[in-house]
Amino acid sequence: MTDFPAVHPEPVPVLALGDILLVTLRGDLYDGAAEQLQYDITQRIANSPVPVGGVVIDLSGVEIVDSFLGRILAEIAASARLLATRTILAGMRPAVAITLVELGLTLPGLATALDVDRALAMLHRAPSVEGGA
Amino acid sequence: MVQHDTAPEVAEQLSEFLKRRREQIAHRWADAALFSNVFTVSRDEAVEAGRAVAEALADVARSGRLEDIEAPGFDTVRDQLGRMTSARTQSGYTPTQIAREVAGLRAPVAALLRAEFDDPADERMHACLLELTVLMGTLRLVVLETTINAGEELIARQRQQLLEVATPVIELWEGVVAVPLIGTLDSSRSQVVMESLLEAIVERRARYAILDITGVPTVDSLVAQHLMKTVAAARLMGAECIVSGIRPAIAQTIVHLGIDLGSILTRAGLADALAYALTQQGIAVSARPTAGADSR
Repeated sequence: MTDFPAVHPEPVPVLALGDILLVTLRGDLYDGAAEQLQYDITQRIANSPVPVGGVVIDLSGVEIVDSFLGRILAEIAASARLLATRTILAGMRPAVAITLVELGLTLPGLATALDVDRALAMLHRAPSVEGGA
Repeated sequence: MVQHDTAPEVAEQLSEFLKRRREQIAHRWADAALFSNVFTVSRDEAVEAGRAVAEALADVARSGRLEDIEAPGFDTVRDQLGRMTSARTQSGYTPTQIAREVAGLRAPVAALLRAEFDDPADERMHACLLELTVLMGTLRLVVLETTINAGEELIARQRQQLLEVATPVIELWEGVVAVPLIGTLDSSRSQVVMESLLEAIVERRARYAILDITGVPTVDSLVAQHLMKTVAAARLMGAECIVSGIRPAIAQTIVHLGIDLGSILTRAGLADALAYALTQQGIAVSARPTAGADSR
């Protein structure tokens, strides 16, 4: 499944900020790790002690998104929606946005934000002083 | 293609002649059309340029690559020739006319070469003259090549400038950027528009991006596709995109073509689009209540 069968890709950490789950993706995400992330997020939403108010996926550290990762992101959002949770993609780079559009992956159902700060503000739960809009 | 074989000793002799007589050649060339028209101010400069070209030709002759326009000997004068041809091009000369002027350089050298030999029927003289003709032909090609290269560079630079000039991204309000599109939208231009718009969204932290197509003469399915891609990319960056400036005729064309722009937010004019963006951000712009009373 991964290019390096001997090395297990490190799972992507899912941070809980209050009732918001924050996932920061960095560098290359191997297919295995992406699928693991999809599983982790849905588990965390389902098993959370408090109702999860939203999932924020920070893409600012990602330089390449292929069609697989694009689909995984859409699936994460779709399954989160089934669990009554909003997903916001934050901090996508211009080059990544262009690539996704050229691939035909416009991710129509997904909410997007310029950065994590804006995403948290959109969820009306911003811990920072900026506060919700 | 006929392969022209150069006898090494003839080439050597020609090279030696060009080097020895470079002063005379340079002086005669300075009066020829090519040099005298380029160096109108100073004849000394013309002589100097002519000397450099003559020396380069001698080098090429010595290397034996008389027909090779990439012979290393030409490298030293390529810049010089480039400057001269660009001066001629700027005064409105075509490559054909420049080539004719270069052809005019052959006769003075041939006359000098003939004077070298006492016997007009000398075999070596004819061989040398033949080689000289070949060499001057190559020089002509080198000059033409520089002329054409300079023209192509100019075209490429202007194309790039056109792309940059035609797509400015303007910040209309805090958090609102706009691109007034002028001219036909093809794929390379729409790529530039998309890139500069996305960069501007990040830089200005914009929530709203307005694509104004008032200056776009026609919208066909390809242009519509480019617009939709740009809108989708802006949305992925977290900005809402508004397309404005759709003229009535263009609105009809879009409907006739059956292009579905239903997923795109549109407004009639740039002002309407800005008003929408401001309203969405909770900003109200109104006339100052005291404006009427204070006006002089």
